[in-house]
Amino acid sequence: MKLENFTIERVKEGLIKKEFSAQELTRAYLEKIEKEDKKIGAFLTVCEDLAIKQAKEIDDTILSGKKLPILAGVPCAIKDNILVDGIKCTAGSKILENYIAPYDATVVKKLKEAGAIILGKTNLDEFAMGSSTENSAFFPTKNPLDLERVPGGSSGGSAAAVAANFCVFSLGTDTGGSIRQPASFCGIVGLKPTYGSVSRYGLIAFASSLDQIGPMTKNVEDCKLVFEVIKGKDEMDSTSVELNLEIKKLRINELRIGVPKEYFVKGMDPEVEKIIKEAIKKYEEMGAKILEISLPHTEYALPCYYIIAPSEASANLARYDGIKYGYTANSEQRAASNLLNVYFESRGEGFGKEVRRRIMLGTFSLSIGYYDAYYLRAAKVRSLIIRDFERAFEKVDLIFTPTSPTLPFKLGEKIDDPLKMYLSDIFTVSVNLAGLPAISIPVPPEHVLEGLPVGLQIIGKPFEEEKIFEVAKIYELSTNNK
Amino acid sequence: MKKIPNSKFQNPKIGKEEVKHIAKLARLGLSEREIEKYQKELSKILDYIEKLKEVDVSDVKATFHPLKIKNVVREDAQSKKDLDEIKKLIELMPERKGGYLKVKKIL
Repeated sequence: MKLENFTIERVKEGLIKKEFSAQELTRAYLEKIEKEDKKIGAFLTVCEDLAIKQAKEIDDTILSGKKLPILAGVPCAIKDNILVDGIKCTAGSKILENYIAPYDATVVKKLKEAGAIILGKTNLDEFAMGSSTENSAFFPTKNPLDLERVPGGSSGGSAAAVAANFCVFSLGTDTGGSIRQPASFCGIVGLKPTYGSVSRYGLIAFASSLDQIGPMTKNVEDCKLVFEVIKGKDEMDSTSVELNLEIKKLRINELRIGVPKEYFVKGMDPEVEKIIKEAIKKYEEMGAKILEISLPHTEYALPCYYIIAPSEASANLARYDGIKYGYTANSEQRAASNLLNVYFESRGEGFGKEVRRRIMLGTFSLSIGYYDAYYLRAAKVRSLIIRDFERAFEKVDLIFTPTSPTLPFKLGEKIDDPLKMYLSDIFTVSVNLAGLPAISIPVPPEHVLEGLPVGLQIIGKPFEEEKIFEVAKIYELSTNNK
Repeated sequence: MKKIPNSKFQNPKIGKEEVKHIAKLARLGLSEREIEKYQKELSKILDYIEKLKEVDVSDVKATFHPLKIKNVVREDAQSKKDLDEIKKLIELMPERKGGYLKVKKIL
């Protein structure tokens, strides 16, 4: 079975026309993963039994003639910081190496109800901290488009799984760009939804005021379909909201697109800049109005993020104490040491380099004597970054930027220089600080340099995902018709 | 906290003793070598973060959360837990005795 162009629509068609059964399709994907994932490393766990069981249920539904749910039989992959009941969930960390999820995350529950087949759990930077998936405690993931390069991160496994046709779609999480940047690096579509539109229940927390779960797909329509399944208020997440904004039908000649001048500065790969500018020009040719806007606090977004995210992380990760669950210092050590040493040893050994670095940074920013100068100041700068966006959205409907300042980089290129790695997120973190929705869509192959993709980021107003999809589709259509 | 001066590095943002103190607060057991490494790395990152001092925030209110959300409360009633779920949670405990979590003596 050729799985290259399988979308949600294609799976549905195949099942209805009985070209294949859900079990046949699932097995075809499992075989492909078995055969090809050794060289890519997208999956940490493949859950064959669960997938076959789910597929059998779909086949039974088809046989009984009952109506099929929206994602019936669609094979997907879940980032390994989202809980799937009964399946190992490591967050890419040694500290959770043997942790079996005791329940389903709300998004997983919703996917299961919609008939999606869960093939496995994908690799990530430990606790989603990183931009290359090299920080996984287990192994790095490689970019399916060029095995010497990183797939981006932290949702690198989820992005690679879609790009390598190991699944039709995947779920990732995005705290500072972790869906959009890997989507950009692997040439796929990735959405970071508005903060609050998708429940975080069952997501292993990194930075709670920034984290969102979102879809990673082959095209914009699939992204929209998966988003509609996973969104909505959930009583288990008090920050989730129910919102059904009616977006009036868009007319491209009424569309005002803002291009922030602060995003086109030196340090960006000139080829990336050229390709993004061409994509923006395409919208102009189709009738959209392109306006130069200013987001004056852009240069402060990254330092602001690297105080707020580690601060929240240092509090969230305090729960890994070696006592309740997860890695614990071995029993010999335990017998000989006091409680404090159990903490020191379990956490010192269980967390990887980058996680420890961020816990240190966050603990420092929140500590007596530094709180005002670091954490509180960053929280204030955050207000200014939000205000920049509010002002810009008075004049424009959407904001267009590159997703990443560079093409996918090589494995090992930035791993020893944390600051250099952090700079990979320069165009994506503002969106998380402001809680906005943003998508990354691939600029089509004819523009692609050395076969490597470039991502166009489209940022919308809160809860206007629908508008983002509509506008992203216009571009997709215009390039597919060529 | 008293700032501890350090002479080893050019204008380091954070001294070695301070790194040790932070590691202790964070309950991270670090080796001497790691302490030195983190001192260098954190100093470099803090240097970069210093950039925020350029921004005038005198009349700005802090944002801790991107949405204007209300607190949600539930009735303070005992909820019935699924026995299966309880079993799963107990199985995740590294050290247990009977159905209980085993912890170190603290007194």
